[in-house]
Amino acid sequence: MAAEREPPPLGDGKPTDFEDLEDGEDLFTSTVSTLESSPSSPEPASLPAEDISANSNGPKPTEVGLDDDREDLFAEATEEVSLDSPEREPILSSEPSPAVTPVTPTTLIAPRIESKSMSAPVIFDRSREEIEEEANGDIFDIEIGVSDPEKVGDGMNAYMAYRVTTKTSLSMFSKSEFSVKRRFSDFLGLHSKLASKYLHVGYIVPPAPEKSIVGMTKVKVGKEDSSSTEFVEKRRAALERYLQRTVKHPTLLQDPDLRQFLESSELPRAVNTQALSGAGILRMVNKAADAVNKMTIKMNESDAWFEEKQQQFENLDQQLRKLHASVEALVCHRKELSANTAAFAKSAAMLGNSEDHTALSRALSQLAEVEEKIDQLHQEQAFADFYMFSELLSDYIRLIAAVKGVFDHRMKCWQKWEDAQITLLKKREAEAKMMVANKPDKIQQAKNEIREEIEEWEAKVQQGERDFEQISKTIRKEVGRFEKERVKDFKTVIIKYLESLVQTQQQVFKIEVLMNGRKHFVEKRY
Amino acid sequence: METHAEAGKEGKPSCASVDLQGDSSLQVEISDAVSERDKVKFTVQTKSCLPHFAQTEFSVVRQHEEFIWLHDAYVENEEYAGLIIPPAPPRPDFEASREKLQKLGEGDSSVTREEFAKMKQELEAEYLAIFKKTVAMHEVFLQRLAAHPTLRRDHNFFVFLEYGQDLSVRGKNRKELLGGFLRNIVKSADEALITGMSGLKEVDDFFEHERTFLLEYHTRIRDACLRADRVMRAHKCLADDYIPISAALSSLGTQEVNQLRTSFLKLAELFERLRKLEGRVASDEDLKLSDMLRYYMRDSQAAKDLLYRRLRALADYENANKALDKARTRNREVRPAESHQQLCCQRFERLSDSAKQELMDFKSRRVSSFRKNLIELAELELKHAKAEEHRLLALLHLLWR
Repeated sequence: MAAEREPPPLGDGKPTDFEDLEDGEDLFTSTVSTLESSPSSPEPASLPAEDISANSNGPKPTEVGLDDDREDLFAEATEEVSLDSPEREPILSSEPSPAVTPVTPTTLIAPRIESKSMSAPVIFDRSREEIEEEANGDIFDIEIGVSDPEKVGDGMNAYMAYRVTTKTSLSMFSKSEFSVKRRFSDFLGLHSKLASKYLHVGYIVPPAPEKSIVGMTKVKVGKEDSSSTEFVEKRRAALERYLQRTVKHPTLLQDPDLRQFLESSELPRAVNTQALSGAGILRMVNKAADAVNKMTIKMNESDAWFEEKQQQFENLDQQLRKLHASVEALVCHRKELSANTAAFAKSAAMLGNSEDHTALSRALSQLAEVEEKIDQLHQEQAFADFYMFSELLSDYIRLIAAVKGVFDHRMKCWQKWEDAQITLLKKREAEAKMMVANKPDKIQQAKNEIREEIEEWEAKVQQGERDFEQISKTIRKEVGRFEKERVKDFKTVIIKYLESLVQTQQQVFKIEVLMNGRKHFVEKRY
Repeated sequence: METHAEAGKEGKPSCASVDLQGDSSLQVEISDAVSERDKVKFTVQTKSCLPHFAQTEFSVVRQHEEFIWLHDAYVENEEYAGLIIPPAPPRPDFEASREKLQKLGEGDSSVTREEFAKMKQELEAEYLAIFKKTVAMHEVFLQRLAAHPTLRRDHNFFVFLEYGQDLSVRGKNRKELLGGFLRNIVKSADEALITGMSGLKEVDDFFEHERTFLLEYHTRIRDACLRADRVMRAHKCLADDYIPISAALSSLGTQEVNQLRTSFLKLAELFERLRKLEGRVASDEDLKLSDMLRYYMRDSQAAKDLLYRRLRALADYENANKALDKARTRNREVRPAESHQQLCCQRFERLSDSAKQELMDFKSRRVSSFRKNLIELAELELKHAKAEEHRLLALLHLLWR
């Protein structure tokens, strides 16, 4: 691919330079967290070195090879890459440091590189300034927080208002730090606006958290018990994750509706998000119609990539659902276990109290009770972490539904194109028939009409084709980005879960040691 | 289903509940057990140098009903009224386990083969554990009898140990069970009556104290036992929950081609380990805590029964006193009343003395058993915690790359 284009400005087309540059590109993804943003002298010496021979693919970076590179990279993120070529400097200097520290090293340049058809060669083509500009445009420098749920109003008209805080250094926002109050239907309204604008062109718009009539009613009625506080907290966290996902998307970030949502103090109330409104019912009817249509569309898939990806997502969906159900069962049983343990601790304490024959026996019963308390602490911790895992799974189940929706839109687009083509064919046939038939009086006018129609449909066919290509291209890009995000999200959650598991284990261990010491002391006395 | 269990040292979880310092002149153990369709056959082996027995080593096959017969024989014997009769072993109950195994066998299509194998393994282990426990309970019953200086000399006991044929003791039919149930009601009513009886004064502070203590203790230990059972079952439930999670993660991992693959597969392994850990915690708790609590619940009931018998004897003594007084005032049938009163007095005093000894033994037995089990439980949990921590840290390092 690169060999067909003009030689890159940063090298002279020799194989070695390509290899170097490939490493340079790999460099972005592996050393992002260690780079400085100053355009002047970077520190090449401090950068990790990589096993160049294993990763280079020669002058023509094939698609598969690139993937392998990136995979090897991810696996050996801490390995060293040595830089000694001066050509690397400009690339390094334009690399800004990320505002949000990721756990895995795949952030900034990822959206640029992930598509196989437009990768390293594109960067090579640009001049230094362009690269800088683009890299700056890709700065993921925006932090969103959702906090302070507050109940506003009374009775059935009450609602929870959440504070949405934004911290950013992006130029498109007027301030660098600001916050607004939003309610749940505002979030839903934002999602429906974004979805109507971007879904049908192939962008994966993150889905908003689900409505829950039961949960909200409890809150409205004013029940101040643990389940309603839990519900509010769950919702708050879900809203935060939703916004964070939405702003991570580079195209959606540019959207004026999103900006308005984040910035403006007053937002028009989104009424058609209510479940029982006219718009809601219309939505449901549309969904049903879509489902029926999907079954009837028979698409000739010319691109194996799409078929493969669809199958992959189908599998992933099934498995995530299964896992989610099992994790929910576990969370439920853990709750039960901690309740039972608390009950037992009480009984053990009472038993200890009644055993007043020997002070020793009482001490032992108390020890039993303390042990139970630790066990309970242990379970509560583990429960909290599983909950995080379970929420992630349900987020991704909804996200994959959005991805499937995008694929469906592509099918619909294809259908439209196909229909246009069929209609055009029919019109042409009609024209041909007319040419053959001999009806002089109607002919001229009819001929003109048909001519016009044919031109119209030709234009539609062309538009259909263009739309289809565009949506396919966008989907490829989006899916790549989605996959990257998914890997990152899962890995982060898994590591967090393990970390807290280890921590809890250490705490338990410490207390156990203490207790064991006490027991031995008591044993000796007896 | 036929299962054999070697009642070796490992298969005696409940022996730990009872500290037996018998002398070695009579050693009883259950050397083998077979579980047939709905009964369990125990092979009771005796080693003894007592002159009474024909051989020094012999064994017989006994079933659960015969143990119950032996227990009832002791309870009904007036001579042992002043002793705590070791509680009868519970009936072997494999119903729940069998049901679960059957349900598993009926099959669930959404379950993968590995999951099925694991669940089957779990259930089989459960079945085996229940089997081992019931063997241990029966053995402990016999061993306590053998260790007790008075109880071991009972004729029925010798018959039980030695008689080669079937004792042809059938299980209680419904009428007898109902009879037993009614008798219990009568007993508690009687007890209430006696305590309410005017003029019945507890002469001994020791017994007064013991009574209040035992009543309270018995209720609380029964409570603790129930709740401990619930906790143990919740742990088991949790352990079983890990099976589908582990399987789902494995299949997710095998499908991934990116770096998540290792993460998922390793996480699946971790959950497999967590499952084993939960299972171990559950079984530790079961053996060291639940079983012990259950045993002492029954033992404290036996102690309560002893106190009731003594109280009954006291009431009889009081009644005899009153009868004697009445006879003396009327000056009729003084002699028989006197001898009756003497008898009651003697009986009461005999009972009181042996009861005192028994109750003190009960206390020391209980205390040492609790101590031993709780310490062992703590040590086991410590061992598990340490091992888990090492493994988790290693896994974390692996995943962090």
